[in-house]
Amino acid sequence: MATVRKAFRAAFPRTLPVMAGYLVLGFGFGLLLESKGYGIGWAFIMSVMIYAGAMQYMAVDLLAGGASLISCALMTLLINARHLFYGLSLLDKYKGMGWKKPALIFQLTDETYSLVCVTEPPPGVDKGWFYLTISSLNHLYWIVGGMAGAAAGSLFGLNTAGVSFSMTALFVVIFTDQWLKNRNKLPAAVGVGVTLVCLLVFGPDRFIIPAMAGIALALVALKDKIPAGEAAP
Amino acid sequence: MSAGFTALQIAVIAAVTALLRFLPFLAFPPGRKTPPVIAYLSRALPPAVIGMLVIYCLKDTAPFAPPYALPEIISVALVVVTYLWKRSPLISIAGGTLCYMLLVQVVFV
Repeated sequence: MATVRKAFRAAFPRTLPVMAGYLVLGFGFGLLLESKGYGIGWAFIMSVMIYAGAMQYMAVDLLAGGASLISCALMTLLINARHLFYGLSLLDKYKGMGWKKPALIFQLTDETYSLVCVTEPPPGVDKGWFYLTISSLNHLYWIVGGMAGAAAGSLFGLNTAGVSFSMTALFVVIFTDQWLKNRNKLPAAVGVGVTLVCLLVFGPDRFIIPAMAGIALALVALKDKIPAGEAAP
Repeated sequence: MSAGFTALQIAVIAAVTALLRFLPFLAFPPGRKTPPVIAYLSRALPPAVIGMLVIYCLKDTAPFAPPYALPEIISVALVVVTYLWKRSPLISIAGGTLCYMLLVQVVFV
């Protein structure tokens, strides 16, 4: 128990920046979900089981639009493909964690990944418990934020017309951030360009699968123009 | 949609997400080399997919009918400008969303 308490005391302060972000973003997700008619129970289930920010915003659209299971799987595959990268770069760090390893892997998100990458446990603090506490606290913040958002939406009967713009804003922020960080702008340009063309050709109801295929093909074709290290997230 | 189908959709999304998280640990034990195309795609795909999602979010915007996509244009511009200025995702997302809600609920009704 002393080991756990010590790890908690070392880990908790590190998670404070993520706490602020996850409570607010989670709140937005819960509000959006509730505005489409899915209550606090669904917010809880999704935040526990999926636990991926951008994907959950997207999932609200998939759920509300009655998307097929294949569409759900493909969309998830594309949006969360970056998790492959996270896993690959944590192979060594998470080695020998025993039963904690599956929990650490399941709770890997953008924010937890960047925190784990730059944070080492202080001397005398158990590495496994330290990372597990960070990961689980972040997960908890996300769940609480989502449930609070769904509750607020139903309790206060807010006029939520336009709240779905939070998803647009989220992706515009990520896009701007990556545009500033990545020296090679080609992948971002391919994503926007191919999708725009597919939207014009196939129309707003059936362009997304052609766009996914087009992007994958274009990126493979442009492999030599996007050298290693230039498009890292 | 029935609750059963919704649960199935969530299960699929959760399963694929978990699969992507676990795959590197299952398929590439330390020491074995990652296939170059997987390593390449996990680097190049994220910016492209985010670009795709931005367009996806704006897919139902109608630029040739009143209000000529003005709520979208103004709010996206606000998100980008505040982000360049403050570099805070929360300020930009909350500000952009409030701006958009104000525009569609009050200004362009």
